[in-house]
Amino acid sequence: MISWPNLVSQLFNGLALGALLALISSGLTIIYGTLGVLNLAHGAMFMIGGYAGFVAYQYTESFILAVIAGSLFVMLLGVAMERVIIRHFYHRPHEDQLLVTFGLGICFVEIIRLIFSSQSQLVPPPAIFQGITNLGFMFYPTYRLAVVGIVAIALGALFIILYRTRLGMIVRAGIEDSVMVDSLGINVYRVFMVVFGIGAMAAGFAGIVNAPVVSLTPGIGDDILVQTFVVVVIGGVGSFPGAILGGLIAGEIISVTSMFNPGYAYVMLFAAMTLVLVVRPHGLLGVQGRE
Amino acid sequence: MLKQRPFLIETLTAIGLIVAPFVLPHLGFAPNTVNRILVWGLFGLGFDILFGFTGLLSFGQSAFYGTGGFVAAYLLTRAGFGNVLGALIIGMIAAAATGYLIGLIALRRTGIYFAMITVAIAEVFFFVEFNPLSDFTGGENGLPGVPTPSFNLGFTTVHFTNGWSLYQFIALCYFIGVIIALRIVRSPVGAIFSAIRDNPLRATAVGHNIHGYKLTAFVIAAAYAGFAGGLLGVLQAFMPPDAFTFDTSGQLVMQTAIGGRGTLFGPLVGATVWLFLQDFLQSALGLGAAWKLVLGVVFVLLVCFLRGGIIGGLADLYRLLSGRRKRSDAEAEPDTETTLHLAPAPMQAKEVAHPAYSGPVLKATGLTKRYGGLVANSDIDFSVNQGELRGIIGPNGAGKSTFFKMLTCEIAPTSGQIVFEGRDITGLKVTEVCQLGLTKSYQVNQLFTGLTVRQNLTIAALAELRGKFRLDLFRKLSSVKGLTEQVEHTLALVNLTRRADTPVAELAYGEKRRLEIGLALATSPRLLLLDEPLAGMSPRERVETVKLLKSIARGRTMIIIDHDMDSLFELVERVTVLQEGKVLLDGTPEEIRTNAAVQEAYLGGVHGEIAA
Repeated sequence: MISWPNLVSQLFNGLALGALLALISSGLTIIYGTLGVLNLAHGAMFMIGGYAGFVAYQYTESFILAVIAGSLFVMLLGVAMERVIIRHFYHRPHEDQLLVTFGLGICFVEIIRLIFSSQSQLVPPPAIFQGITNLGFMFYPTYRLAVVGIVAIALGALFIILYRTRLGMIVRAGIEDSVMVDSLGINVYRVFMVVFGIGAMAAGFAGIVNAPVVSLTPGIGDDILVQTFVVVVIGGVGSFPGAILGGLIAGEIISVTSMFNPGYAYVMLFAAMTLVLVVRPHGLLGVQGRE
Repeated sequence: MLKQRPFLIETLTAIGLIVAPFVLPHLGFAPNTVNRILVWGLFGLGFDILFGFTGLLSFGQSAFYGTGGFVAAYLLTRAGFGNVLGALIIGMIAAAATGYLIGLIALRRTGIYFAMITVAIAEVFFFVEFNPLSDFTGGENGLPGVPTPSFNLGFTTVHFTNGWSLYQFIALCYFIGVIIALRIVRSPVGAIFSAIRDNPLRATAVGHNIHGYKLTAFVIAAAYAGFAGGLLGVLQAFMPPDAFTFDTSGQLVMQTAIGGRGTLFGPLVGATVWLFLQDFLQSALGLGAAWKLVLGVVFVLLVCFLRGGIIGGLADLYRLLSGRRKRSDAEAEPDTETTLHLAPAPMQAKEVAHPAYSGPVLKATGLTKRYGGLVANSDIDFSVNQGELRGIIGPNGAGKSTFFKMLTCEIAPTSGQIVFEGRDITGLKVTEVCQLGLTKSYQVNQLFTGLTVRQNLTIAALAELRGKFRLDLFRKLSSVKGLTEQVEHTLALVNLTRRADTPVAELAYGEKRRLEIGLALATSPRLLLLDEPLAGMSPRERVETVKLLKSIARGRTMIIIDHDMDSLFELVERVTVLQEGKVLLDGTPEEIRTNAAVQEAYLGGVHGEIAA
């Protein structure tokens, strides 16, 4: 019943999904780690990235331009969201932050539904990645392989920003101890704005890269958001390496379980999360700190 | 006001429910819509106890709504179970049991982790309902044919069919739900719920097992959700699978926030607004699918500008209009605080568990705390005798607060042993240690900021009177034996009787500081640690607080950290000097005052009198 090529191809699917989840979760986790705000509109950012890219593609017919336009649009949206609303919530309780981002997420989804209707939209993969690739032992859709590469590059870029720049140093220091960073005379609010923008962009970028794999619907971000939460809980809140590890684990669990019975994919994901919570309550690579 | 008319809310609810069928049709509400609002309202009663009162925001309530609904519907449609009310109750129990298991997992973490975990759990339930369990739940078809309740009264059979007839049944359920919720909220457990919302750290420190209480709130919310889910099936004659969707949880959260959290009736008001606007925007304004966007925008605006929701806003408005007069009355009263302040009798400390014990109250040996390479405390030996008043001084960074945290078991020592009244307490939890009779007032105020002074002290006193966990959900707060006396007494001791019903947020700093001490005192500790009780006080406040400390010291052992040496030396009998995490010296205030090593520690080798 389970053939090896089937298993391997599912493992590849898991890798592609896992890479995407890792990228989206990184965005969520650096926003949370730095700002202390869990953005429940993060799934909507993913969805809007897809639609922004879709619109750009309609006008330019260029996939690369679509990716750039989609990411930039979501980054600007993130910055605007931080400036106008989120910044007023830094000193309010967590519940209020959750409520307002949840509400914003619904507004975003409904706006997109209003403009594009609930029908699904298709973005074709770029010409060079169309078709299937012969891996020697099996055939595999080229674009899905490309997704792994593209996302790996994006994660690399995020890594360089976080670990090789002054901004990244501030962000990482802020995750450890935001009060200290504040008292060092660094304008944390400007950093917050930039971080929110970058975090949103990570989701938006993933949204447009993912668009050719599945078709776009306004609700596409909801499931992703839930999966992202599991990733973050498994990996550890505020941990960039944790998001990557958690993303890959979650991607493989979903794909491999789906091979046997898709209905159990979430159950297995949840079982893994519970296991991590029991064994390592702060996540695999998380540190005891922010809560 | 609530105390004067104890059944006011219950009576108003009953009147409202009786009048509704005569009034609402004229406002354009169909009976089915009203029934739906009541189901959401009942669902929300439990959720508000969890979110509004205990401060736990769950996005996973659909799991319990769906569980209760499908268990009841399955019993009634597939299992041949005839008793509708019985099925609803079994559904409720099933949901509560599920809530207990899920709570064990979700409550391992707090804050946003809790929110994320509940989202994930609800999603799992949705998928399980659709796939593995679709034989039982009908999958995406749901379970059609759920019957409506009928009761055989012997001489006649009452059958609630649909519309306003079914309303009577649902309204009765809602009314009973309100009565139970009110009882819970007004019980000692309810008081502790709000303590957990306002300051979980302090709720733990005064001796409550907050994990147990959180789980209780979670199970209560799940039980309400389960019953409401069952009613949904009865109402629609069909159990829809979308009860399990994340949208259900989201709608509940939004309705509660729109109506007003922490009010019990918020979800009902929110549901009314929600369903009314949905109808109104869709049909009257012809907005079609855009109605949800409008509601989303309304919701975001409310969260931004009106935190208390509609009910909270109305309450603020009422207070604004009626409160002005009251305040001017209060100001007209002459300020008698200083003249009337008679020292009350000293409060009894907790009964000693084993009166035969006569050694030192506290004995710490070899206490060491390392943070990585940093040694905060190193090999401290320390002992305090019965009835002693001990001071601890030391320059900043000497490890005084770390030492206190280890003594109260807030942090575990790296090595060493702590013995309290002959009992090894090393490694115990702060809650248990407080229950044994050892607690601390904090250097930085840890109060229940959303509550009044009296409520603050009530929470602390409850821990002593009821132990760390007790499920007296239906007991009146006023019937807890000795509570009123203990709270009044503590109020008098810390000289806050006149401010008893003032919210903490409106207190002056000195008053907050006294309440901080009062919270520790209300647990009737035999050993009280005070971490810089005089910090930040004006000279006049210091004099008063020293007087207060003297009066509470009678019949009690106390250890005080402070930088104000003049005040401290006046208070205590012996002083321990800490420096760089070690005990430098131990002696009477006179010895310390003139000791060269102490002067060196503080003044860096410049000899002379210690400047205060």
